[in-house]
Amino acid sequence: MSEYAGQDQGGASVGLVAPKSYTFAEPPDPLHLESGASLGPITLAYETCGTLDADKSNAILILHALSGDAHVAGYHRQEETKPGWWEYMVGPGKGIDTNRYFVICSNILGSCMGTTGPGSINPQTNRPYGLDFPVVTIGDMVEAQRALIDHLGIARLLAVIGGSIGGMQVLEWAVRFPERVRAAIPLATTMRHSALAIAFNEIARQAIMADPNWREGHYHGNTIPATGLAVARMIGHVTYLSDQAMRRKFGRRLQDKEDFSFDFDAEFQVESYLRHQGSKFVERFDANSFLYITKAADYFDLEHRGGSASAVETFRRAQAKFLVVSFTSDWLYPTYQSREIVRALKKNGLDVSFCEIAADCGHDAFLIPNARLTSLISSFLDRVTHETGH
Amino acid sequence: MKPAIKPLRYDLEIIASWIEPGSRVLDLGCGEGDLLFHLKTTKGVAGTGIEKREDKVAAALTRGLTVLQGDIREEVADYAPNTFDYVIVSQTLQQVFAPVELISTLLAIGRRVVVSFPNFSHWKNRLQLLIQGQAPRSSQLPYEWYDTPNIRVITIRDFRRFTRTVGCTIYRETAINTHQHDRYGSIVHFLPNLRATYGIFLIGR
Repeated sequence: MSEYAGQDQGGASVGLVAPKSYTFAEPPDPLHLESGASLGPITLAYETCGTLDADKSNAILILHALSGDAHVAGYHRQEETKPGWWEYMVGPGKGIDTNRYFVICSNILGSCMGTTGPGSINPQTNRPYGLDFPVVTIGDMVEAQRALIDHLGIARLLAVIGGSIGGMQVLEWAVRFPERVRAAIPLATTMRHSALAIAFNEIARQAIMADPNWREGHYHGNTIPATGLAVARMIGHVTYLSDQAMRRKFGRRLQDKEDFSFDFDAEFQVESYLRHQGSKFVERFDANSFLYITKAADYFDLEHRGGSASAVETFRRAQAKFLVVSFTSDWLYPTYQSREIVRALKKNGLDVSFCEIAADCGHDAFLIPNARLTSLISSFLDRVTHETGH
Repeated sequence: MKPAIKPLRYDLEIIASWIEPGSRVLDLGCGEGDLLFHLKTTKGVAGTGIEKREDKVAAALTRGLTVLQGDIREEVADYAPNTFDYVIVSQTLQQVFAPVELISTLLAIGRRVVVSFPNFSHWKNRLQLLIQGQAPRSSQLPYEWYDTPNIRVITIRDFRRFTRTVGCTIYRETAINTHQHDRYGSIVHFLPNLRATYGIFLIGR
């Protein structure tokens, strides 16, 4: 998602933000995971912008997607040129207005951006976990976030907002801690991966695991599986775009040349773009984290959650007001999947709004500056704030 | 930050006057949510709108309303019986492919259903057909035969007969004559099927 950050540097910004962290689940009280395993201690990297009200009623938790981090908006250092990943949406006077709301974003469990994950040191061996790291679920990620929200002394969140895998966390929050969420905004997401989505994730994981440098996940201190991770990212990237966006962006244009060179260099612009995205990703992301997070997304299924027979049954617990948003060209989580969420919410008599935004840029549309999305989110937050009496 | 209240279209004003404060309302084809916004701000109604067009859905959402983007026929199927006190179909029925199925569903999910439609038997329409021999066009029906979204020809008399076919009761009925962009109008008591531009009915099981 980082390639979009920096597209909106013109407006106001939250400015400097300080990375923070919170450590919990220390022995003898580890976090019990859905798999039956337990994990601890756990450190969550998080950032906050805006000011928490005296009655702590204006807190918004933003949930990031696969490769995101806690750095949602603003800058870490004065001289930095690249802001947080949702700079266009989060800031003073923006869609999620930091003059009014207290925004929290934490790096998800299993990731590699400061939160405990497979690249962290296993206290039992004093070496990185690697594949000894237990498989975590979307539910486990949310459970960890709940510990952070407890730590911040916030009883009830005004809203939980996120796209893609972040949207899955939004839905999980709404059913796991219904009394702690006033409003839920799942964007470009699904309540269960389709075979298509699982298939792409599996191909990406295979690319990593087929890299000889992966060494069953214990590559730390050695050469990292850079080729595998780069290919995994390239696959992912294609699923985030759309046929139309790729025709517009690349077509069949060649990169820096007029004619075919009849070899296997990156000739087409799309090839060169994907290679660039792949190698950029390798610099900042951990291959094992990619495996763990994609697996968590594949396991996520609100239709069969905790013995539920249907999504309608799962959402029976939910209390939040919902704003569900999909994008026309998203072929990873197409609109029909958002409609399935909406249907289950409606059948429970919940207050749900739904909008399908026309956008040709595919799944990534929620990360690209979009005036409509901005106004939908800001007016929904405004409404929820008023309706809850603040 | 509260958006200003626009004056309501005349037929919507009549409909609004029928809705009891604090009730649960579903507005089918809600557009930018004029009626729902009015009901929410003046009567404390808990409203939901359904609208097909993204720009209108977005406009209604920006006013703080609950709106679902989708097709009326599909969206109404998801609600449990008696979810709403009122289901409103204003100036939409003439565009519905399967009116019997739709009205039957609405009678199940709502305690009462409000239906308004342009009255095709207004005298001006009759004259156009009789004198000029052409399909009626008016400010209520501004289309040519080849571009009209109105696939059903409804008159006030026809709708009364329709309620007997569907087996529902008419609780209220008003015929209106509107002019000037439908902002102003009057209630037609005498010869409504001939003189009214719109019919508005409150029906129930």
